Amino acid sequence: MGYLGGFLVSFRQQRLAGGKVLTNEYPKQKRPKPERLHGRHVLNRYEDGMEKCIGCELCAGVCPARCIYVRGADNPADDPVSPGERYGYVYEINYLRCIHCDLCVEACPTEAITESKLFEFSFTNRADAIYTKAELVVDDEGKPQQMPWEDWSDEATALPHTSAWVRATAPSGNAAYEGRVGWSGELGFGVRAPERGQDGEDPVPAAPEDTGAHGHDDDHGHDDHDHGSGHH
Amino acid sequence: MDPLFNDGVDLAVVLIVVFKTVAVFAFLLVCTMLMIWFERKLISDMQNRIGPNRAGPWGIGQTMADGVKLFFKEGLLPDRSDRTIFRLAPYLAMVPAFVTFAIVPIGGDFSRGNNGIISLFGHDTFLQLADPPVGILVALACSSIAVYGVMLAGWSSGSKYPLLGAVRASGQMVSYEAALGLSVVTVVLATGAGLSTHAIVAAQMADKWTLLTSGVVPFGIFFLAATAELERPPFDLLEAEQELVAGFNTEYAGIRFALFYIAGFMNPITMSALITTLFLGGPSGPAPIGPVWMWSLVWWFLKVIALLFVFVWMRATLPRFRYDQLMDLGWKVLIPLSLAWLLIVAALRVGTDEGWNMFVVLGVCTVVLLACGGMLSLASRMGAERRQLGELEG
Repeated sequence: MGYLGGFLVSFRQQRLAGGKVLTNEYPKQKRPKPERLHGRHVLNRYEDGMEKCIGCELCAGVCPARCIYVRGADNPADDPVSPGERYGYVYEINYLRCIHCDLCVEACPTEAITESKLFEFSFTNRADAIYTKAELVVDDEGKPQQMPWEDWSDEATALPHTSAWVRATAPSGNAAYEGRVGWSGELGFGVRAPERGQDGEDPVPAAPEDTGAHGHDDDHGHDDHDHGSGHH
Repeated sequence: MDPLFNDGVDLAVVLIVVFKTVAVFAFLLVCTMLMIWFERKLISDMQNRIGPNRAGPWGIGQTMADGVKLFFKEGLLPDRSDRTIFRLAPYLAMVPAFVTFAIVPIGGDFSRGNNGIISLFGHDTFLQLADPPVGILVALACSSIAVYGVMLAGWSSGSKYPLLGAVRASGQMVSYEAALGLSVVTVVLATGAGLSTHAIVAAQMADKWTLLTSGVVPFGIFFLAATAELERPPFDLLEAEQELVAGFNTEYAGIRFALFYIAGFMNPITMSALITTLFLGGPSGPAPIGPVWMWSLVWWFLKVIALLFVFVWMRATLPRFRYDQLMDLGWKVLIPLSLAWLLIVAALRVGTDEGWNMFVVLGVCTVVLLACGGMLSLASRMGAERRQLGELEG
């Protein structure tokens, strides 16, 4: 048809002629969020209500954007905040600087800080951009706290997923541990089940061949091993 | 001539003319507003998008919102602009769009020898603002004046892109005006009713649309040339965003830009109205029940909307022409074709009047046209060869 065929093509795109609208009317209808989306952080608690954060400041140290400010303090003997010796006394994240790289989550030794899938927020002043401990710590049901400027309209899919990355591979992101529980329980959720496998299949938790991740780090002559591919 | 002026001009006649003027002005502005919305909505539909949907139901108030925004924006005057002309240009683009519409008959009862006369406040008149004896020539004149709006806007901006856009625009509009005018001549010949738009419409009643009586070719030529004259896609080289930012109106902002914008969307409406008048029988159409003049308005409006749909459809479908392709289409295809068709229509008309044998007339026409076409293609081929040689040597 040459030129005229093109007219048919554009005509057929109309809704009355059976075309489909591809636009997603975003705030009204939301697409499902990616499994490992990095949203804003939460500070998790143990199942007994204790905070996981021990105030070690590793997250603050690793943060490339320098957006985390932590001060640790000794737990009060009569009313401890965390199970250990110390706890996070001040914890602030500046979301004007955060790049959601998740390095803090990787650095955290107690899985205290994880990222939720909440990213749809727009504050109107700089003070609101700084989330303090009061906003970051999960509530008594283990859910993040909603700020007035946060859009939670697809709450059901976004809310329970506050630690997806941690549950995908652990520890230290080692793929051999995929599907094996290596994390502690969380308030409101208990010990969470592992995420599905990376290729979408149900992972079969196979025991790693060596007895633990430490053996790999020390590298006691396991030259022929899969993991030791990078050492010289 | 409009029967309104038959009994001299008194106050009532003046008031009726003023009323008609205001009515046409308001009608055209409202139509433009709706046209902008219609175009945006339709083209987004054809591109699998939603289009404006925030202001009012189906986003119908979007143009209003945009207009209000533009009216409150700062009207910038570039430092190097020619200030007087810079201020004048938008009106030069706007006024012809209005004036052209004045000669379009938008309705009227043409049945049983009524000649499209309606009664307005006790005076007989036509359903069109003006019916000058030169008729359709006003439209051609206005489209020539519209070139000045674009050209002066580009020139007075004192900036490169607008100037390039203006140069492109003037070349394009002048080229296509020839084809436009020639197909109008064909229409005038085919109807044989003179230049008056009212007479042209009256001659097309009883389903004798010029579209058919002149053969379909002049309609096609006029439509293509009109699209080029309107600077609409695929002929929108003068504001090719990828090359010229926004072409002639790059330096315009605020209300002056709004005027160009309105003119740009009003022109398709007036042009569709003209095509309806010239080729589609204007307001002609069946009137099953009720007054005929009302039906004529409905038919006229439907035809215009159908043409506007095609304009938008073309925009959604066709990619922009290259400038040499544009010139080739204008000078090597449309103008020779319209000349040839004019020759055929004229020969047939003279043949009918003189009682000549039609087969002989058509045969002679064919021979002449074949000879002309052969010479034309030979000329263009030689020109192309010479250009190639020049490139090789240069």
